[in-house]
Amino acid sequence: MSQFRYSKDHEWLREETAGIATVGITEYAAQQLGDVVFIELPEIGKTVSGGDVLAVIESVKAAVEVYAPVSGEVVAINDRLVDEPELANKDPRSQGWFLKLRIANPTELNGLMDDDAYAKYIAGL
Amino acid sequence: MSIAPTLEADRPKRTALYPLLESAGAKFVSFAGYWMPLQFPQGIRHEHLHTRSRAGLFDISHMGQILITGADPATSLEALVPGDICGLSGYQQRYTQFTNDRGGIRDDIMVTRLPEGLWLVVNAATKAADLTYLDGNLEGQCAVSAQQRALLALQGPEAARVMESLCPGAERIPFLHCTRLLLAGAPVLVHRCGYTGEDGFEISMEEENAESCARALLQMPGVELVGLGARDTLRLEAGMCLYGQDLDESTTPVEARLGWTIARRFRQEPSAARFPGASIVLKQLLEGTVRLRVGLLPDGRTPARAGTQLFDADESTGGQVTSGGFSPTLDRPCAMGYVATRFSKPGTRLLAKVRDRLHEVEVSPLPFVPHRYFTPASTKETL
Repeated sequence: MSQFRYSKDHEWLREETAGIATVGITEYAAQQLGDVVFIELPEIGKTVSGGDVLAVIESVKAAVEVYAPVSGEVVAINDRLVDEPELANKDPRSQGWFLKLRIANPTELNGLMDDDAYAKYIAGL
Repeated sequence: MSIAPTLEADRPKRTALYPLLESAGAKFVSFAGYWMPLQFPQGIRHEHLHTRSRAGLFDISHMGQILITGADPATSLEALVPGDICGLSGYQQRYTQFTNDRGGIRDDIMVTRLPEGLWLVVNAATKAADLTYLDGNLEGQCAVSAQQRALLALQGPEAARVMESLCPGAERIPFLHCTRLLLAGAPVLVHRCGYTGEDGFEISMEEENAESCARALLQMPGVELVGLGARDTLRLEAGMCLYGQDLDESTTPVEARLGWTIARRFRQEPSAARFPGASIVLKQLLEGTVRLRVGLLPDGRTPARAGTQLFDADESTGGQVTSGGFSPTLDRPCAMGYVATRFSKPGTRLLAKVRDRLHEVEVSPLPFVPHRYFTPASTKETL
């Protein structure tokens, strides 16, 4: 199984099959957000550049944008989040995944952090 | 001495309860010059629902407590507010506003008549300005003194039971009245009021006694700490205004649908009203206003937050959301805002523009969640 990679905005990305990556938010992000009440996901087929707004999370507290960790095309979304947005709080690594991206430019993955680098990053926040 | 005093002054202050809140795991935010607890580890939704079902304890010591003394402080204060202050009986409390010359709202406040004078509770963000304003306007008539005290709120259906065992007598205080009592051995001024729509109390005490009082309350079954996050969602469900968001210097009490807080004497005899902007406000009471505060219920799950623009079907501007979020009680988004008067009827359909997408919303009566204040009728039932 391929490893998790992380953006500075607390999204995780994992390449599941060649060129297709699952994207979600980290436990740190989920904890900072508080109770998630609604998640606005993009439409399948949407093309994004790294850093573009990919989704919006509405918590009781505020609305927070989720950015594309890399450029690509949305090829799947997690429909379960529509009725169970709390999965993003309870199980952000697995059942609370957001969407799958077809990676446009694999070299962009090099700009993301690995587990160790991300752990150090959040320890310094 | 090495640190510039201005830096020290700019830094948010801590309330007397800060150490207790910190040890309870509070996540602090800087709010109106204070480090205030946004939430505790269980989160806003839990704190909110706990307050609606049992009892929530809030530190609201950031709010200003002011005592006005003098020969006739009620008559003096009535020159500044539209509320019936002279009509207050002893230990009775009333909600009113400081208005400006245009009838806009400088602050919204609670006023109680005590034997020694008038007791005011004002907003944290406006308290310094309020003190200056009161000093300037009551000079020669009254003495205005800021009270360095702590203020706790205990809110929820179990609040009265908790107070009955810790602070006997409090459970019999009528809504919008107060009494001096002892809580955990400390002298306290207890009001029956709050900002959640539930039965509850606001308890004022010397700062040195705040922690022992809070600990005594927290030891009671059913009492949990609640932060500013849930305070905001609770008051929004209860249809209550937040100064700075739903009320400001450009909004009149009539536009805000607070006409019920204007003294009947002034409505019957406008020439008796001396508060700033009285002619404008009383004219609006008779003739109406071009915009009104309303409740708003979005159809879907997307909250319409403060600043969201509202449109009618022709996509012409219809108003703006001033407070909006998610209602944990109703498990759906809710909001309040100002709309053109022609759109203010409950049931009116409008469109809210959230992130460039139009979402359907319906104008709704306020409050979203019915108030459950203590009433004399429920006294009879419990006796």
